[in-house]
Parts: sequence; structure tokens; C-alpha cells
Amino acid sequence: MNAFSDHLPAIQIIVPLLTAPLAMLLRQRGLAWAAATAASLFSFAVAVALVMTVRDVGLQSYAVGSWPAPYGIELIVDDFAALLLLIVTGASTCALLIAHTSLKSEIADDRQHLFYTAWLLALAGLSGIVVSGDAFNIFVFMEISSLATYILVAGGPKRQALSAVFKYLIMGTIGATFYLIGVGLIYMMTGTLNLADMEARIGEVSDRNPVLVAGGFITVGLALKAAVFPLHGWLPNAYTYAPHAATAFIAACSTKVYLYVLLRFDFFVFQGNLPGHIAQFSGFMLPLAIAAVLIGSGIALFEKDLKRLLAYSSIAQIGYILFGASLQSLTGLTAGIAHMFNHALAKGALFLAIVSMASACGTLTIDGVAGAARRMPYTMAAFVVASLSLIGIPGTAGFIGKWYLVVAAVELGPYGALLIAPILASSLMAVLYIWKVVESAYFGASRGGEGGDTAAAPAGSESPWWVLAVLWGAVLLNVYFGLQPELPLGLARDAATSLLAMP
Amino acid sequence: MEFLGLYNYWVFAILLMTGLYAVISRANLIKKLLGMTMFQAAVFLLYISMDKVDGGTAPIIQVGAVDQLYSNPLPQVLILTAIVVGIATLSLGLAIVVRISETYGTIEEGEIREIDEE
Repeated sequence: MNAFSDHLPAIQIIVPLLTAPLAMLLRQRGLAWAAATAASLFSFAVAVALVMTVRDVGLQSYAVGSWPAPYGIELIVDDFAALLLLIVTGASTCALLIAHTSLKSEIADDRQHLFYTAWLLALAGLSGIVVSGDAFNIFVFMEISSLATYILVAGGPKRQALSAVFKYLIMGTIGATFYLIGVGLIYMMTGTLNLADMEARIGEVSDRNPVLVAGGFITVGLALKAAVFPLHGWLPNAYTYAPHAATAFIAACSTKVYLYVLLRFDFFVFQGNLPGHIAQFSGFMLPLAIAAVLIGSGIALFEKDLKRLLAYSSIAQIGYILFGASLQSLTGLTAGIAHMFNHALAKGALFLAIVSMASACGTLTIDGVAGAARRMPYTMAAFVVASLSLIGIPGTAGFIGKWYLVVAAVELGPYGALLIAPILASSLMAVLYIWKVVESAYFGASRGGEGGDTAAAPAGSESPWWVLAVLWGAVLLNVYFGLQPELPLGLARDAATSLLAMP
Repeated sequence: MEFLGLYNYWVFAILLMTGLYAVISRANLIKKLLGMTMFQAAVFLLYISMDKVDGGTAPIIQVGAVDQLYSNPLPQVLILTAIVVGIATLSLGLAIVVRISETYGTIEEGEIREIDEE
């Protein structure tokens, strides 16, 4: 048992990676789905086990192939990584559980096993990015997950999925290549690829300029991958035209994984070695974060398409996370990291509700869902509760992150209090754009017309019970972590403490 | 003299920017992909340039040779991986262009946008 638990960081990557070809060989869509879901559930169990180990024992380090750290590839699971693993594997599991039902209408039966293969590769890649302690290894996993994600998005039924994915591919590759240039420049100056070793050696470098350039390349490259405003161009269409279940998976975790790498580089690797680095990071990121918060929510106000509306809201939420990180304080960073978890919960639940709505609504636009609450009361109720979490109503997970953001801003003094304004404005806008959906679904006239024949109304009623069970499971987690925030907050605080190199 | 010593890095920067410019300015999707490939190839050159040790030979251990100077083999290994990643990305990109051409009947960015907006 001990031997097994020592290998957990590696098992986290290997299980989905090896199940991927298996899913391809099974060929039958039911079997491929079962294999993918089993692998994802197992990964989730491993992530939970890792969280418990990290909480009890502390940082887990794993030398791949028993090659010791600076020479071999090191896998590291600390509090931050454990939190991200929970997000990634949890999102994948929830989305997969209902993917079997929702993909029926989106992807041809004889191609679905390939879709699940790509899904598992994306899961393996994202988990790999999170656990890897080696800069180049992170690049490889980044490309594994990105290539798999392009395939997931391209699987969407509409033709726009293709042009969306082409844009995503070009921008994603540029981002990854920027990151590669940065890593190359650091390797040139330090001769190491291990993040911890890099951190120790950058200080000894006599000429800092290449490292500064590397910092720029890495930050911008990862910001592109994480859809930080104004580099978010690929995100709305990719989220909108991907198959619904895939959107639920990608939207909940992929941008957060890149933010995680971004924070690890800027805080862990560069902070202590480049004078004034964090002040520069804040000066650069804070205006972008505020712009993202305002513009993302602002555009969402005018969107008619539900998935695109939620995609723009995601851009605003990425702004919140960066906002917290750029406040340069323990509370701020804790708030940002906790918001990663809480936003993943809220946005994951919302996109799961979209999956459920898709079966009964003809088109997923604000007019398309008119009267949907009468046909599918449970789905719409779940949508409303998840929305409350997105807005940040007390008692839901979304509130915790935003509350700490406000606290962190106030801590900065009088100027900090000014920074609360965009957060509040964006939350108000969230109330408005969510209200438009709710109003249409609850009070809008069904397209069949009042008293008209019901056959003219869009076919379908409430989703099957297993879809509702997963959806409500995710929604109730939003409420649970709103009332009992100790787990994500504890992980986030310890992660922030170690990132800021505090004792 | 320092300018010439950094010859490889100048080529790297020029190739990189040429590739990026092609990605941004060309409307034809194949040309965009070509630009992207050039952009990636420039980074391969950066890695390959940095591993050269003056007077170093290929990093192969020879029997009887003492104090031999080797070039650093690690960046070459890394870039081998990156080349594979580049090929995978390019082939996926080309596959998508084929699908786009089948569905839209064009691979010009502007025309695709017009068809989408109809």
C-alpha cells in the first residue's frame, strides 16, 4: 500500500494516458465511454488521495525513473497542484458522466470512441502540466493537452467549430512557442530545466537580461494560453462551438491550469531573483485584470447565445483571478487561487446545466430557452443556483473568492478601496446578464405559443435522471463549499504562502 | 566581432518575426500554417545554437579518449521532442484546413467569415 501511494503523482498521469489508446481500440462507443469514465473517476480518486496526503504530510516529490531531481524529471504535488488536480479531474469526471447522453446528437456513433480518446489525452496532459516540476516537461504536456483539446473543440456539430478551432490552434501554438523560447533562454543562462533548481540558480546568473526577456516570453505565452484579456480572442468561439460536454470540461479547468503555470513561474521562479519582478507583474497585470473584469462582463451583457455569454463571463472571471494575484499580498493571492476553485465549480455547473438544456431547447439562445423552466424545472433551478454562485451571492462558493478579493483590496488602503469598484460593477453586470436568461426561461412565452398546440413547441422535456443527478451534485457542491470553504481556502492559503515564499 | 558571433541569434530573431508576421498578415490558412511552422523552426534554431561548445565534438564517448570536449546533447534531445510536437500540430492544422475547405469551399479567412455571418 505504501509503495502504491508513493507512486500517486505518476499514476495521476499514467492512467488516463494509457486508457486513451484503450478507448480507441474498444471502438464501441458505450465501451469507450465506460473506459474513459472509469479512468477519469480513478484519476479523481487519486487526486483526492493526493490532497489528503499533501494536507497530512506535505509536499510530495516523485523522481521519474528514480533519476534524482535536477537531472531527472521531477513530479511535484504541493497544495497548489493538489487543488488544481481536484479541479481538473473533478471537471472531467462530471462532464464525462453525462457526455454519453449529450454526445448522441452531436457526434456520429462510429467516431465517438476517438472523441473519448482525445478527451483522455487532454485529461492526461492537463494533469501532467499540474504535477510536473520540469519546465520542458510542462511544455510537452501543454502540447499534448492542447492538441487533444483542439480535437475536442473541432468535434462540435456546427461548421463554425472548424474556423474556431483553427484560430485556437494558431494562437495556442504561438503561446506555447513563446513559452518554449522563454524556457530556452533560461536554460541557456542556468543550464537547468527543473523549476526548483532554476529558482536557485537564476540568482547566480551574471547577465540578467536574457532572464528578463525569458520572463516576458513566458508570461505572455502563458497569458495567451490562459485567455488573459486582451489575448482572449480564441476563447469565445472555441467554447461556443465545442460539443456541450467538452465545453463543460474545458471551461472549468483548462485556462486555470495555464494560470497556475503562470503564477508558478512569476512568483516561484522569478520573484526572488529578479529585482522588482512582482511589482512589474502587478503593474502589467492589474490594468489587464480590471479591463477583463469590466469588458468581459460588458460584452456578456449583449450576447444572445448562452454559451458565448458564459464564455465572456469566463474572461471576466480570469480577470478576477489575476486581480487577486496582482495585489501582491497573501490575502490577494489566496483569494485569486480560491477563486480558481470556486469559479471552476460555478462555471462547471453552469455548463453542465447547458448540456441538460440542450436536449430540450431548440437553440441555446436567450430567445431559444423561452419558457424552458416549465418544461425542465429541475435543470433551470440548477442553472439559477449555479448562477448565484457565479454572481457571488453569500452562501455559495462564488461568494468566498469575491469576498476575499474585496478584503485584499481594502487591505491596500484608500487606493485599494477604489479597486473594489470594478469587482462590484462586474458583479452587477453578472446579475443583469444572468437575469436576462432567467427572465426568458421563467417568464418568456414558449415558442409553441400560449394555448397553441404543444407539438409546435420544441420537443423534449426534462433530462434523464442521471444527467440531473450529476448537475445537482455539482450545484450542491457550490452550496457546500460556500458554507464550508475550509478545504479550498486552506489549500489556497498554503499555496499562496509558499508562492510568496513566506515561512 | 560580437555582431558576427551572435549570427545564429540574429537569424533566429529574423525567422521568428517573419513567421509571426506571416501568421498575422496572410489571409490564406495554408500560408498562416506555413508562417507558424517557420515561427517554430526559428525556436529550434535557438536551442540548437545554444548547445554548441567551441571546439566541441559530437557527444559520443570514445574508447581511450581523455578530456574530450563535447557539445551539450540535451538541447538537441529537447528540440527533437519539440520537432515532433511541431509536426503533430502542423498535421492537425492541415487536417482542419482540409475539413474547412470541404465544408466552406474556401480557405481564405475573409470569405469564411462572410459565409459564417450569412
